[in-house]
Amino acid sequence: MRRLLAVMLLLASAPALAQSALPPAPYADRQIDDPALERKARGLMETIRCLTCQSQSVADSNASMAGDMRSEIRQRIMAGETPEHIRAWLIERYGDWVSYEPTAAPILWPLWAAPAVLLFLGLLLLRARIKRRTRP
Amino acid sequence: MADEMAGEGGGMRKMLIWLPLVLFLGFFGLFASGLLKPDDRVISSKMVGRPLPAFTLPAAASDRPPLASSQLATGKPRLLNIFASWCLPCAAEAPQLMALKRAGAEIDAIAIRDARADVDAFLRRYGNPYARIGLDARSAVQIAMGSSGVPETFVIDGKGQIAYQHIGDIRADDVPMILDRLRSAQ
Repeated sequence: MRRLLAVMLLLASAPALAQSALPPAPYADRQIDDPALERKARGLMETIRCLTCQSQSVADSNASMAGDMRSEIRQRIMAGETPEHIRAWLIERYGDWVSYEPTAAPILWPLWAAPAVLLFLGLLLLRARIKRRTRP
Repeated sequence: MADEMAGEGGGMRKMLIWLPLVLFLGFFGLFASGLLKPDDRVISSKMVGRPLPAFTLPAAASDRPPLASSQLATGKPRLLNIFASWCLPCAAEAPQLMALKRAGAEIDAIAIRDARADVDAFLRRYGNPYARIGLDARSAVQIAMGSSGVPETFVIDGKGQIAYQHIGDIRADDVPMILDRLRSAQ
């Protein structure tokens, strides 16, 4: 009896911890029927940062706002918008911060150049070593 | 062979010995500054300075009319408060909103993911400084405005442009600043 009461109390306490009284948005936790579209939406959701739990993507987060964003993204994809268009729309509102995908902004040019520069340095090093080896 | 190398690029090699130390100090400085800098998780809206996105929302409370974006471009600056009955800091900022209203500010509101009965109860308990309250059941307008949580308060100028975004609850010492922003947003 006591245990039952405890379980009942636990169940009753859940809404107090909820972030919002409303049920999740229609497409927050429901996939799009067309698997190709769902794949597109999924790809975008995994690279959009949740605003409430800032180190999670909206695909991972349980925050109610992340649910609303998932629903918004799925509905826009269903309406025919491209993922990159939706990403640009979100960046327009929250800045580059909201996207996990690096952009081609000038501040990121060193990042994009880094692999080429490192490879070049590596080749230089290799060349010097080979020269030293082959010289008797 | 080692002598030969030292002879060729000795100066260069000697300099290279310092490279790891320089790199270490560089990274150390970077990490130290990152650790010592106060944590900043505030995401400000990039919509400040731009027109309010168009929206039409249903009424969120029983005794206040609904809210549309067109009603915010009236030639006179207004406050737009984003709140929710389930949000504790929103209750904490209620007295400050009342003070702003007493000081002559016109305040409209958007209730996020809320139910009418809850909004009514919240307003009965904490006071109702709002002229109109729209219900944003799916946070759609909130996302379109670049707002990242509740509560937030926007100053909307007479032309319907977002002039200022206040993130988090309004404290008592924020009130004069908000009134200033409101005055300067003609």
